[in-house]
Amino acid sequence: MNYFKLFGLPQKFGLDTDLLTEQYRELQRTFHPDKFASASALERRLSVQRAAQINQAFHTLNQPVERARYLLELHGVDLDGGTSRVDQAFLLEQMELREALADIRDHPNPAVALEELTDGIRQRTEIIIQQLGEQFQDASRRSLLAACENVDKLMFLNKIQHEADEICDELFEY
Amino acid sequence: MAYSKKLIDHYENPRNVGVFDKKDQEVGTGMVGAPACGDVMRLQIKVSDEGVIEDARFKTYGCGSAIASSSLLTEWVKGKTLDQAAEIKNSDIAEELALPPVKIHCSVLAEDAIKAAISDYQAKQQSDDGREEEVA
Repeated sequence: MNYFKLFGLPQKFGLDTDLLTEQYRELQRTFHPDKFASASALERRLSVQRAAQINQAFHTLNQPVERARYLLELHGVDLDGGTSRVDQAFLLEQMELREALADIRDHPNPAVALEELTDGIRQRTEIIIQQLGEQFQDASRRSLLAACENVDKLMFLNKIQHEADEICDELFEY
Repeated sequence: MAYSKKLIDHYENPRNVGVFDKKDQEVGTGMVGAPACGDVMRLQIKVSDEGVIEDARFKTYGCGSAIASSSLLTEWVKGKTLDQAAEIKNSDIAEELALPPVKIHCSVLAEDAIKAAISDYQAKQQSDDGREEEVA
């Protein structure tokens, strides 16, 4: 089952996530197992399976990393294996971002420093998401391989964003 | 999950944490990363004219197993020739630290890092030779 078709959406990376959410809620209502309470055992089982599929499909398409991975899978590109698909310059930058994040507690104004850092991460993320949109539209072998590298980069960026969020929580006790 | 004493020791008292000047001619730098967990590892070696690793430094942002793997590696490579260091296998590291199966990839990262550091050093020497020839 194609997840894009399931939600009646065009198969592309630049997805309207509001529309996705809308379609998801609609499908969830239609196939909710509660609606099949008085149905046959087979129908009940099928509705549970269907509801699980719908959840899985939504969570895959809703997140850029997962959506990109899924699209690559549809294109028959194997993403697994390999530790260092990303270039040295990117890794060096990640190292620097991590160092800056680790030093933030000792910064005279951690709030400002953290915001600058987070802005940097967000900008880098946006650039990669834009590139992914173009790469999937082009969908040549070369573009798809570049998309693999961008998926890896996005995973690194998500990780550091997550760590930044944790430090933010810790510093300001949200 | 129970971790070995050696692993915990390397995690709590990591050896050779730090940085060498990347531009230094006798320094080789290996940067590697694992996208799945977001770990980043920098491993550096300082190599003598005779091709022996005199010193090593690392910095790893990642889980305890990744930190311990790179810490152990910096201890192991000291005093080794580049060829000997290149022979270190991730399975040696995994065995020494008794890494659980789900953490084997951390030792793979460390092996990739030393290989990358060695090739960085070798590339530097070659480009240096090139420059000398141009001058001559």
